[in-house]
Amino acid sequence: MIPAAFDYAAPKTVDEALRLLRRHRDARLMAGGQSLLSLMKLRAATPKMVVDLGRIRGLAYIKETAGTLLIGAMTTHEQIASSALVWKRARALAEAAEQIGDIQVRNRGTIGGSLAHADPAADYPAAFLALEGMAVVRGPGRQRTIPADGFFTGLFATALKPGEILTEVRIPLKPAIIGSAYRKMKHPASGFAIVGAAAVLRAGAKGQGPQVRLAFTGAAAHAFRARAVEAALAGQAMTEAAVKAAMERATEGVEMLEDLAADAAYRAHLVRVFGARALLAAGAG
Amino acid sequence: MAATTMFGASIKRREDPRLITGEANFLEDIRLPGMLHAAILRSAHAHARIRAIRTTKAAKAPGVVGVFTGKDFADLNPLPCAWQAGGVKNNVNTPRVLEIDRVTFTGAGIAVVVADDPYAAEDALALIEVDYEPLPVVVDPEEAIRPGAPQLHENAPNNICMDWSCGDREATEKALRAADVVIRQRLINQRLIPTPIEARGAVAQYFPTTGEYTVWMTSQAPHVMRLLMAAFVFGIPETKIRVISPQIGGAFGSKIYLYPEYCLVAALAKKVGRPVKWLETRKENYVATTHGRDHITDLEVGARADGTVVALKVKTLANLGGILSTIAPGIPTTLYGRMLSGAYRIPNISCNVVGVYTNTGMVDAYRGAGRPEATYVVERAMDLVAHKTGLDPAEVRRRNFIPPEAFPYDPVGILAGLRYDSGDYDRALTRALQMAGYEAFRREQAQARRQGRYLGVGLSTYVEICGVAPSAWIGLPGQGWGAGLWESANVRVHLTGKVVVTTGSQSHGQGHETTLAQLAADELGVPVDDVIVQHSDTLGTPFGYGTYGSRSAAVGGVAVHMSLQKIKEKARRLAAHLLEAAVDDVVFEGGRAYVRGAPDRAKTIQELALAASVGYNLPAGMEPFFDETSYYDPPNCTFPFGAHVCIVEVDPDTGWVKILRYIAVDDVGRVINPLIVDGQVQGGIAQGVAQALWEGAVYDRNGQLLTATMMDYAVPKAGFFPRFELDRTVTPSPTNPLGVKGAGETGTIASPAAVVNAVMDALAPLGVTHLDMPLTPRRIWQAIHGRKEAAR
Amino acid sequence: MKVTITTNGVTASHDVEPRLLLVHYLREILGLTGTHIGCDTASCGACTVHLNGLAVKSCNVLAVQADGGTILTVEGLARDGQLHPIQEAFWEEHGLQCGFCTPGMMMTALQILQRHPDPSEEQIRHGLEGNLCRCTGYQHIVNAVRAAARKMAAQAGGR
Repeated sequence: MIPAAFDYAAPKTVDEALRLLRRHRDARLMAGGQSLLSLMKLRAATPKMVVDLGRIRGLAYIKETAGTLLIGAMTTHEQIASSALVWKRARALAEAAEQIGDIQVRNRGTIGGSLAHADPAADYPAAFLALEGMAVVRGPGRQRTIPADGFFTGLFATALKPGEILTEVRIPLKPAIIGSAYRKMKHPASGFAIVGAAAVLRAGAKGQGPQVRLAFTGAAAHAFRARAVEAALAGQAMTEAAVKAAMERATEGVEMLEDLAADAAYRAHLVRVFGARALLAAGAG
Repeated sequence: MAATTMFGASIKRREDPRLITGEANFLEDIRLPGMLHAAILRSAHAHARIRAIRTTKAAKAPGVVGVFTGKDFADLNPLPCAWQAGGVKNNVNTPRVLEIDRVTFTGAGIAVVVADDPYAAEDALALIEVDYEPLPVVVDPEEAIRPGAPQLHENAPNNICMDWSCGDREATEKALRAADVVIRQRLINQRLIPTPIEARGAVAQYFPTTGEYTVWMTSQAPHVMRLLMAAFVFGIPETKIRVISPQIGGAFGSKIYLYPEYCLVAALAKKVGRPVKWLETRKENYVATTHGRDHITDLEVGARADGTVVALKVKTLANLGGILSTIAPGIPTTLYGRMLSGAYRIPNISCNVVGVYTNTGMVDAYRGAGRPEATYVVERAMDLVAHKTGLDPAEVRRRNFIPPEAFPYDPVGILAGLRYDSGDYDRALTRALQMAGYEAFRREQAQARRQGRYLGVGLSTYVEICGVAPSAWIGLPGQGWGAGLWESANVRVHLTGKVVVTTGSQSHGQGHETTLAQLAADELGVPVDDVIVQHSDTLGTPFGYGTYGSRSAAVGGVAVHMSLQKIKEKARRLAAHLLEAAVDDVVFEGGRAYVRGAPDRAKTIQELALAASVGYNLPAGMEPFFDETSYYDPPNCTFPFGAHVCIVEVDPDTGWVKILRYIAVDDVGRVINPLIVDGQVQGGIAQGVAQALWEGAVYDRNGQLLTATMMDYAVPKAGFFPRFELDRTVTPSPTNPLGVKGAGETGTIASPAAVVNAVMDALAPLGVTHLDMPLTPRRIWQAIHGRKEAAR
Repeated sequence: MKVTITTNGVTASHDVEPRLLLVHYLREILGLTGTHIGCDTASCGACTVHLNGLAVKSCNVLAVQADGGTILTVEGLARDGQLHPIQEAFWEEHGLQCGFCTPGMMMTALQILQRHPDPSEEQIRHGLEGNLCRCTGYQHIVNAVRAAARKMAAQAGGR
């Protein structure tokens, strides 16, 4: 299995990459290439031009500034999974990174590539949503940020426009994250999430209980937040009874994926089970 | 046997240095000057007529040397079916090198590109245009035999390839009517994909002056491949083809067969006048290499209230795929139906197997081949009897075991004249239960159940048939095997005292280069490093039927042993001559021949080899050189057995099964290299557990394989397993002088039933008595929640 | 495109097609055939090598992505005729049967041991999830990685 022939460019800067995208409308961006190259080998993707972001310096970093965690788009899963800062500030993201693929894939795959690829069963999207992250995007116009909420628009589809490049992922650290977790049922062959759930608890307003955010991947055409659950649990203590009761509304308005691993009913059930597990783990700190 | 030192020693494998350094030459590593690369276009439809194939565009693509279709090879015969068991004679349909006008499964080869490099070859595939006329598709064997189903082959009405029975149906039905309890259960033994990590491949070179071919291929049976290719497909003398199996990256049965691509590559080499190489992609491996298992079985088991089984009636539909692979019909008949007595004295057995053509990939032997299916039926039956009678599954087994004094045991004639050679089934079970702490576990389980936790324990006390051989048995009328099944070996001791063992069997991970050398080192009293073992090249090795059915030690190893005895005898006679002693007074022992009572009057094997080689001074009539060939055709098969115990916990929230412990006590007879046997057992267990929990090939209704990549088909990973706890009992086989039985398949044969029995035991409080494999979380959760699996 | 890659300590430049997979660069251009190909989907890990110190599946990396980089393959494990402790351990613990997955398995084992010099059974099994072995059931492989850890610790201690 060999990719179809393509032209290749490895720009040194984001600006150069943007120029290449302007010039080659049918170009495909490649970050770590762990998803794209597999698709190209199966000839499920046959781009005429590949723009490799791997030579751009300064896109792999993890840092905290002014109450925000900043993660460069080319930061690998391995770098995130082994970052004490991420474990401390946004544990759900580290737990998601740690459970992606395997050592080799984590060594190459990047957070920007994964989010932009928007595989419905990828691990990051649930954490990105529950952490209320933002995607920093550069394009032909001004730099813009896309909130996680509006980022995933469909199966392998995002709010990124042609000619745009995701350069940074931001995780707001205020209000303070009290606890967060990612729990997943792994597909035994692919390692992707049959269902993955990310839960984030943030400090509520004075005298109030925590804010709750809960998001799922693997369950639907794209990752989604379970707003009804979040609302039901807002300000509450994460007791098993409260969480389980709230979970009944986790799949409201969402059409579950069906495949060999899970039909809709089982997947909806897994959403409830793993959602509860993630919430309880987040609640435990 | 002589006192031994190497027999039973866990020495490091002698094949490993080249494998751990990357020096080994696998098929993909073979490169010849001027070599071209082939890529095969495969049918996109499961059932279709091919109206036309247009190759013009592809032929003009850069780097392409030629594009060919089935019509270009119409002069070559279809591949042979070499084991026409079950009366298939009139219903045989086998692949052609490339199919010409019709395909019966997705993935059948229909055209080939030959190009300068693999990249160009793959690019050109996309330029071939095929005009198909799709035909109705049937993938389910039960649907395939119904009236009105799409018909795959004119010579197989209702898609029935064979209808075979063994045992006594009348007596069995009578006994079932008289039984205290009768349990009926449908069991599906799902289709599996063997998945050696090295896929298949071939390289061929043609020499026009002599009309000879050299073909490197990923094969477990190079001599048989040469025979089948030459005599049946090409119609040329066998001596015109040399087949070489290079280093083989795993096989598990899937590399026993003659495949169309091996013949195609040879034919291409002749057509284009340059060497041609073909490497299978993983996707091709999944659609076009053989699959295994795929049975639907209805079992009826009758027992007395005390758990004594009185009758077993089995009706099985065996899905053989769209076309027959080389030995496909023999697997669900001889290697399945004849083993349905298991480890038990069952007085009445009746088995009927219907082999069915469907629009799916070929099905043939996969590790265990028939015996895992039989063991699964029998071991599930034992648990169902236990459940129905309220007895402990261990107790039910004990009440039915064939007792040690009953060997050799004839399982009511279903083995067509063979008898189980030896066994002590209770000893293995007792040891396994002791290792598991069975009684304590039952208490722990009861306590866990009160806490809402679902723990279960499952047993599998299997027996298998190995060392598959006796030619006089496999050649019986009705067995359908078209050849013998003996093995051969040659041993030479060179002038320098170095020993060369050549064997007709083939090693693809089993470690023959080590274990056969261990035999030679012991018998001749030479350092094991002075022995080399050569195999897998039809030039320079004696004919052999190949490695499968756990037969290399029990058949091939014995042939080596026999040649060693002949050399020792010749060495003794030569020593007597040189020492001026009577032959009867000379003893060969520990690498020396000496005069009885005068151990200093001696010649070493090295001195004798030198004398035999130079030939200056030989006894009258003695030929120079130590060079002995033997052919071994055993009087019986061997019957390894054992007891496996699996302990699981099921998460009722998700249906997830966690294996907490896996205990295996196997009896494979005498053991040449314990470390190697442990490795075989562990690998087999992993494959069998994977069948129980994760693996399964799934076709959609259009005959497309949905599990066509490793992203979909769940080959197990390191993290899926606990440490396996192994032990052995040793009951030597009386069948052969080495006392060995065979160890390559025990794990795969025993473990599916152990795991399923454990999960059913865990789910017993929920009223679940049977689920089919693989026991995926989805299936278990649906059973727990009483939901029917939605139709796909 | 021209790429310059240092493989097992040897630097070489070649003109390659952009689509050339790193594994084909190693096998076909450099002739380093110890690295094997077992699947199309970056699942099996037979092709694992180290690129700039990181274990990667070389069937899922383009040769052009490795330009300027440093690669270690199975052929580079042994030094001066001395097997690497991981190679010794796989041999001694019977960590291989057919041997096809072994080079990739050892390269991943090396990465595991670089990150966890004294790994737990769980760390080893989790770490090997990107490498499929169909022969061994993994137990002897896990044993081999543990044995290699001991050997490497002893070597480091002895230095």
